[in-house]
Amino acid sequence: MPETGFLLMVRRDLRLAARRRIEALLPLVFFIVAASLFPLGVGPEPQTLRQIAPGIVWVCALLAAMLSLGTLYGGDHADGTLEQLLLSRRSLTLLAAGKGLAHWLLSGVPLIVLAPLLGLLFDMPRPSIAVLALGLLLGTPILSLLGGIGAALTLGLRNGGVLVLLLVLPLCIPVLIFGAGAVTAVEAGLSAQGHLSLLAALLLLSLLGAPLATAAALRISVH
Amino acid sequence: MRTPLRFFTFAAPSRFYALAGRLVPWLYGLAALTAALGLYVGFFVAPTDATQGEAYRIIFIHVPAAWMSMILYLALAGWAVVGWAFNARLAAMTARALAPTGALFTVMALWTGALWGKPTWGTWWVWDARLTSELILLFLYLGYMALVESIEDTRRADHAGALLALVGALNVPIIYFSVRWWNTLHQGASISMTAAPTMASTMLIAMLLLTVACWAYAFAVVFTRTRALVLEREADAAWVQQLAHPTHKETP
Repeated sequence: MPETGFLLMVRRDLRLAARRRIEALLPLVFFIVAASLFPLGVGPEPQTLRQIAPGIVWVCALLAAMLSLGTLYGGDHADGTLEQLLLSRRSLTLLAAGKGLAHWLLSGVPLIVLAPLLGLLFDMPRPSIAVLALGLLLGTPILSLLGGIGAALTLGLRNGGVLVLLLVLPLCIPVLIFGAGAVTAVEAGLSAQGHLSLLAALLLLSLLGAPLATAAALRISVH
Repeated sequence: MRTPLRFFTFAAPSRFYALAGRLVPWLYGLAALTAALGLYVGFFVAPTDATQGEAYRIIFIHVPAAWMSMILYLALAGWAVVGWAFNARLAAMTARALAPTGALFTVMALWTGALWGKPTWGTWWVWDARLTSELILLFLYLGYMALVESIEDTRRADHAGALLALVGALNVPIIYFSVRWWNTLHQGASISMTAAPTMASTMLIAMLLLTVACWAYAFAVVFTRTRALVLEREADAAWVQQLAHPTHKETP
């Protein structure tokens, strides 16, 4: 069975990241540093911190996911790989989906693993931490998928790094709302199921739509 | 040069340029007239509101501006996608021309909303569903304008903008409902199509006059901007050269 472009792309991007480990770790470091700035700015009151913790973790996760978007297609564009991919007969949509999965494995999964640690730093109760991690598990792939569209649209632009934030962040607002809302709901003694279901619905929608849009954006940007 | 009138007759930039040039003064006139009338009725004829006092009068500007801000985004997305899908130059130019006006109306809606909120709610801003989604709409406009401005190749800029506008337009309902479930304080819609209006008829007239004014203004400004874009992009076309140097006039 010939290997699909999807798996090829995932494996290739992971291998490339393994050769530049520090670069792959930078968003994670940013995530932790940014989140630990909040207590310094807001004050060390445990009560306040506990209350704003889900929002902080989610906003920092959002920003950390955006950080690595510049290199998502940037490197391939600069060295001509992307043109070859466009010329190849493989489905560009699947390649874009593979890129999205690789980006999520590299930037999303570590955030999910680290989020409980931040939860402990902010003294969140254990059920809240579990829901936070579950929400991130459903939500961070959406960020990678939507981010792919922004990265493809801003390919090769001078101010691409900031522009991609302006394009993608507004689209990520529902993810932020439901992700942080799930934790708030649990802390208020309600079920988080509604929020998590909506996150899962958003995930399905972006799984269906975002690779198509990213492929279209790549075609626009490279022609 | 007479051509039979067909559906796509005015999709040709040269014919659009002439038609829009003819229409723009009338549209500006209509906008000025209805705005003056509407403001007069709104500020001097319409009765004082029983609960909100005089402060409510700002809705005569606020509500039409908020309507326009949303309609223009849909129009932008629609034209941009038409331009992308059918490679229609004029549609792409119209989309570009719509963005600044839409952003302006969004700012107006937010600004007048804040001015209304201070005396009524006692605060300039609340993180209420409608206010927040209007703010996010402004971000979408800004993102679109920033993207198309930073791409130098016009074709790529138009198509990239179209894709972004399409994704944005599909996201608008999701954003709206997510924000709505998140928090709601805003009063219900002022005018609904099904229920009987709860406003005095003079209030309704003022608001409708100002709505017409906003539409006419939007058309006038967008036509003016599109004409400028047409001239810019078709600078090498024979008819633009002729406009610029009318000395080599040919007989029509």
